[in-house]
Amino acid sequence: MMTQTDKSGNQVVLEAKGITKRFPGVLANDRVDFDLRQGEIHVLLGENGAGKSTLMNVLYGLYHSDEGQFFRNGQPISIDNPKDAIAQGIGMVHQHFMLIPVFTVTENIMLGEEEMKNAVLDRKGVAKKVRDLSHQYGLDIDPDALVIDIPVGVQQRVEIVKTLYRHADILILDEPTAVLTPQEVDDLFRIMRGLTTKGVSIVFITHKLKEVLAIADRITVMRAGQVVGTVTPAETDEHQLAAMMVGREVILTVDKPPAEPGEDILQIEDLHVADQRGLEVVKGVSFTVKAGEILGIAGVQGNGQTELVEAITGLRPVKLGRVLLNGQEVSGKPPRPIIEAGMSHIPEDRQRHGLVMSYPVADNLILCTYYIAPFAKGLVMNEPAVEENAYRLVKQFDVRTPSPFVTASKLSGGNQQKVIVARELSRPVKLLVANQPTRGLDVGSIEYIHSQIVAIRDQGAAVLLVSAELDEIMALSDRIAVMYRGEIVEIVQAGSVTKAELGLMMAGSHIH
Amino acid sequence: MELRRFAFIALIIVVMFGTIVAIGSSRTSPGILIVSMLATTIAVATPLTLGALSGLYCERAGVVNIGIEGMMLASAFFGWFAAIYMNTILKMPPLLSLWLGVLAAIVTGGLMGLLHAVLSVTFKVDQIIGGTVINLLAVGISGFFNRQLFFEKGSIFGGQVPHAPGTLPAFHVPILADIPVVGRIFEQQPIAISAILLVFFTHYVLFYTRWGLRTRAVGEHPRAADTVGINVARMRYANVIIGGLMAGLAGAYFTLESVPSFEPGMTNGRGFISLAAMIFGNWSPFGAWSAALVFGAAQALQINLQFFRELIPPQWAFLQQASIVGLVPYLLTMLILTGIIGRTTPPAADGVPYEK
Repeated sequence: MMTQTDKSGNQVVLEAKGITKRFPGVLANDRVDFDLRQGEIHVLLGENGAGKSTLMNVLYGLYHSDEGQFFRNGQPISIDNPKDAIAQGIGMVHQHFMLIPVFTVTENIMLGEEEMKNAVLDRKGVAKKVRDLSHQYGLDIDPDALVIDIPVGVQQRVEIVKTLYRHADILILDEPTAVLTPQEVDDLFRIMRGLTTKGVSIVFITHKLKEVLAIADRITVMRAGQVVGTVTPAETDEHQLAAMMVGREVILTVDKPPAEPGEDILQIEDLHVADQRGLEVVKGVSFTVKAGEILGIAGVQGNGQTELVEAITGLRPVKLGRVLLNGQEVSGKPPRPIIEAGMSHIPEDRQRHGLVMSYPVADNLILCTYYIAPFAKGLVMNEPAVEENAYRLVKQFDVRTPSPFVTASKLSGGNQQKVIVARELSRPVKLLVANQPTRGLDVGSIEYIHSQIVAIRDQGAAVLLVSAELDEIMALSDRIAVMYRGEIVEIVQAGSVTKAELGLMMAGSHIH
Repeated sequence: MELRRFAFIALIIVVMFGTIVAIGSSRTSPGILIVSMLATTIAVATPLTLGALSGLYCERAGVVNIGIEGMMLASAFFGWFAAIYMNTILKMPPLLSLWLGVLAAIVTGGLMGLLHAVLSVTFKVDQIIGGTVINLLAVGISGFFNRQLFFEKGSIFGGQVPHAPGTLPAFHVPILADIPVVGRIFEQQPIAISAILLVFFTHYVLFYTRWGLRTRAVGEHPRAADTVGINVARMRYANVIIGGLMAGLAGAYFTLESVPSFEPGMTNGRGFISLAAMIFGNWSPFGAWSAALVFGAAQALQINLQFFRELIPPQWAFLQQASIVGLVPYLLTMLILTGIIGRTTPPAADGVPYEK
């Protein structure tokens, strides 16, 4: 591995000076300066909404900056659309992959830069080039496979080859590890190192502190649209980076007393669930969650967790098996009786399933209780009670909103999530089902929501936590179940396994 | 999956042809019956095939087009009007007038396509509403101009519908059309022949050219196309206009190839059946064509049953009600849409305006 001192003399291949980008009501980038040196991995670190992706989308021509200038090898350049960026040798792997599922790998790679032979797309010729590129850079992909059939980690390699096919020597990776298992992350880092030795310079966008120190040559931290500073891994640590990101000291670990498990609250027996296409995606899952404990379900997204949670909460039919809440069978029942039996649910997609975005915060806070006293008075709503409830919960759960009567869509992601948490935890809770409760939130909100989950556990509720963030699972859970392809691989005591072991289990291998 | 679909379609066509052979063979030889059925099937399927191709270009690029019906109707009228105008007022020879009429119909379709593109791509109007607007507009303008131009006193034709220059003459496909008996199939009018050629051409364009790859990309995942430098709006505009051109040619079939006259509302739902054929054929040119042939065969069966009315055995008396046979394609469409014969999958971004 190259060291920082080798690099300091290296040429600056790309420079951004004074980039400013305004969205209605938001200053997303405020006079941002950034530079990238030949062959380095430059991490762009910041919370969600700090302006990292905006900066890179401006650089890639997807947005237009209001002020500022880019320089390529010292020459001023203007980038109006992705075509210009591609022509400048800039390639971007987006957080949400830009691949067409029903196209083959080859078709996806050639799209926009197609090659023709005898008036017909030269699929064979391009497939050969793809094979050559994948050998050259150690990115194993099958050019003839359909993207829909290949795992996410491989799709990411396709995205990288796509940029190399366009002769990119500057690669922007936007949150590339969000969808990967720890082993896949290691693979990606190996690939990135390989690319830099072949002269590619990489911008790596992330909000995960641990990764940063493992891979970065330099780190630029952004906060609220501004650059806070640029440091090297040697001169910093996780705590300092976290403080730079958030602007204050942050507690990185969750403080929680040992669990005191009581009786069984949630019992799942041989549960089978199908997805909307009718394919069985939960295949015979059994586990129990006791009062006063947190059971974390780890696993890469798309291994049946969503359907499992939907079946437990009554949103999806159960094909086979039983769900018992407090000893009573609830499988096959609609959500309302399950909620009335003491279940609270923080859904995976807060905007689609957690809130009615066009309703005011006050109404969102009574979505589960609007039909009973004190909120219902005969056929009409008891507005004073709704208002009183809203003011009280907004204060108690620290929801930052101009008033309880603005629509939920006006709130930031973190505050939207707090509205859901307020609604779900302000009722008597026997079971909390929390699916990806902190996805996409800033560190401050994550801290708050974690503390609330631990608090409800300590009050004697059973908690089922589903998360694709291994750090979150390890920080909160008392026991951990790993899900892979619709089955529970193993259930282990938290603290008895390492992150690497969990990573292997997430890929389907048994440890014990 | 696709094989199953085509096998199912072939089976239905065989059953329909078999019915006519079983009933009519006592009077006419089966060979002649089958050939005549085939010829009718291909002719009747022409506007459906073109209509389905119209839908295909639009929807593969991500724009739902339920305005095919209206595009056809308006084109049928303006094509017809142009042909008569050239022939009667400008004194052009009938054949040239007819061809200029076809051109006018295609241009009309293209303009209707442009309107749909403006509504759905630029103004991001709900595409179902946009298509409905086009259908209503077509009924209005074709009816209005029909009355104003042909039936009002003092109009250019003096309040009397002039003699139409006839219909496009059949084209004799060299060699193939000279084969005895079977040759009849290869004597088709030009729009019918071009519809078949366009099926092959569209298949080539969609799956073997740069244009097709980009069109499908824009219909599946416009943002992905955008990030590799493809102009989503421009691709959608172009494909919706091409779709309009196809619907325009379909419109020309009604007044310049099938019959030499125009009646208000004469497309009579064929645009919607085209849409059904496109879905039935799972958004592929050959699928759409074979589905159009099923609809065509049902209509050929209906026509032939009337010839052989008195030969229908008493236990099949229900077949005397021609409208029952006419129901078959609609029932089949519903059956197909339930997914029994393999699921149909529309382009992922079909009907979704692209927001940057």
